[in-house]
Order: sequence, then structure tokens, then C-alpha cells
Amino acid sequence: MDSISIIAIVSIITSGVTTAIGCMFPAISEGKAVVSALQSVAQQPDAAPTITRTLFVGLAMIESTAIYCFVLSMILIFANPFWNLIIAQ
Amino acid sequence: MKISPDETVFWEYGFFSLNLTIVTTWAIMLLLVITSVLITRRLKPDIQISRWQCFLEMVVTIINQQIRELGLKQPEKYIGFLGTLFLFIAMANLLIILPWYEPPTGSLSTTAGLAISVLFAVPYFGIKNSGLKNYLKSYIKPTFIMLPFNLISEMSRTVALTVRLFGNIMSGGMILAILLSIAPFIFPIVMTALGLLTGMVQAYIFSILATVYIAAGIQSSEKKLVKGHITNKQKEVQNG
Repeated sequence: MDSISIIAIVSIITSGVTTAIGCMFPAISEGKAVVSALQSVAQQPDAAPTITRTLFVGLAMIESTAIYCFVLSMILIFANPFWNLIIAQ
Repeated sequence: MKISPDETVFWEYGFFSLNLTIVTTWAIMLLLVITSVLITRRLKPDIQISRWQCFLEMVVTIINQQIRELGLKQPEKYIGFLGTLFLFIAMANLLIILPWYEPPTGSLSTTAGLAISVLFAVPYFGIKNSGLKNYLKSYIKPTFIMLPFNLISEMSRTVALTVRLFGNIMSGGMILAILLSIAPFIFPIVMTALGLLTGMVQAYIFSILATVYIAAGIQSSEKKLVKGHITNKQKEVQNG
């Protein structure tokens, strides 16, 4: 097996695994965050605007970890630096 | 597949290249500036104002209120920077309803530029508010050991701001492109609607986080002043 196909196989599998793991855990933690925010809104509807704003900021922070994984897998597929290195040789 | 609008180059001369990102950014800037100039040319303090003036007043009032709720007591000082950030990102993300439009926020260079301007705005407002010495002291709080961690956190949150905005907008465009090749009939419209929501939320998040960082930079350098003020007051009380 030449190095191009090794790089292709490894980067495709890695990007799939990266996206899978990077979707799983942020989804769980976002679910937890939404659950506790909804509970507090149900307890104190007056504080809903503050809770919603904090929730959105927190969700964006959590989601950014998923976005890092997504960007990483996009780089592995569409802009793989090792791939370009091998092609250039 | 094009990963960012940077790759569409119209004109190139040596180091300088004019790509789609720069063109769209300047188009949005011109749109915002010209619209604002046209609206604010005839401002009236009457009860009966024009619709557009009412709209702009609402926008400014809401942004001011949001900034004030996050702990900055005089939002008029900061709305020039934070409001511009929000309006630019929101406009760049909202215009995806136009055909053949590619949002400039889907390019890593634009988001890096915005995040770097936030990186420099934090010390600017901090020094302007409480002086160079007090601001630099906020880096060695609570102890001197925290200095490298404070510096690392400034850098890492800049990178986080950059990649968050870029990743969200780029993923929207990418999903749209993939869906167009699989199911081009109705699904892309639904995803575009989702992209509008994501774009607005991201614009809000970006400006909220910038506000939070600026407020943190100001408050951490301000704390000592407030404490001194309180102790002086207490002394006055004790002295009768």
C-alpha cells in the first residue's frame, strides 16, 4: 500500500471518529444544560431573560467544542496538509 | 469543494489579492454605513418620527440595554465597538437569503480579524477606564503565579472566538452544499432557515462574549479602587 492510500484511509476514518465523538459528548452536556435551565425557568419565570441569556452563552461555549471537532474533520478531509505534502512530491 | 470564500480570487497583484471575502465585507460595510447615514441625516426630536429612525432607535436602545445588563454601567462608551461587531456579524449572516451570496464570516481570516480586534479592545478599554498601572496589576491577581495563565486564557479565548464563529457559519454552508447534491428540492430551504437562526445566535454570542471580556477586564482592574473608596467611607463613618 502506497503512502497516499494510507493517508487517505487514516484521515477519513479519523475524521469520522472525530465527528462521532465530538457530536456525542457536547450533545449530552447541552442536554444537561438545557434541562437545568428549563427547571429553573419553571421555578422562577421572572428570571427567564437572565437564565435564557446565560443559557445561550453557555450553550455556545459547549457547542464550540463540537465545532472544533467538526473543523478538525473538515481539515482532515478537504485540506489535509499531509495529503498536499505527498501530492507535491 | 470550496471551504471558504477566500479561494474565489478576482484579482491578484503580488502580495495583495482581492478575493470574495474582501469584496463582500466592503459591500456590507458600505451597506451599513450608507443606510445609517441616509437615516440619520434628518433626525427629529418630535413625537412623530420616520419609521427608519424609530427602527434605528430601537436597535441602539436594545444594544445599550444588553450591554448595561452585563455589568458595564455606561454603555454609550462601548456601543461604538460592541454594537458595530453585532451589526456587522448579524448583517453578514442574515444576507445568506440572497442567492449566490457567501458570508464573509465563513472565512477564517474575517473571524480572526474580529477576534483580534476584541483581543486589543479589552486592554484598550481597561487602560482607558482605570489607568495603565491598575490594568497591568489585574494580570497578577490573585498572585504573581497566575500571570502566565491569564496570558494563556487571553490567547485561547481569542482562538475560541475565531473558530466558533467560523465553524458555525462554515458548517452551515457546507451542509447546504452537500444537501444540494443529495436532495436539492426543499431541504436546502429548511437548512437555510436554520442557518439564519444560527447566524443570529452566533452574532449575539460573539458580541455578548466580547462584552463579558471587556467587562471582566474593567472590573478586575477596578476592584481595588472600589475597595479604597469603601474603606474611606467607613473611616468617615467611624470618625463620625
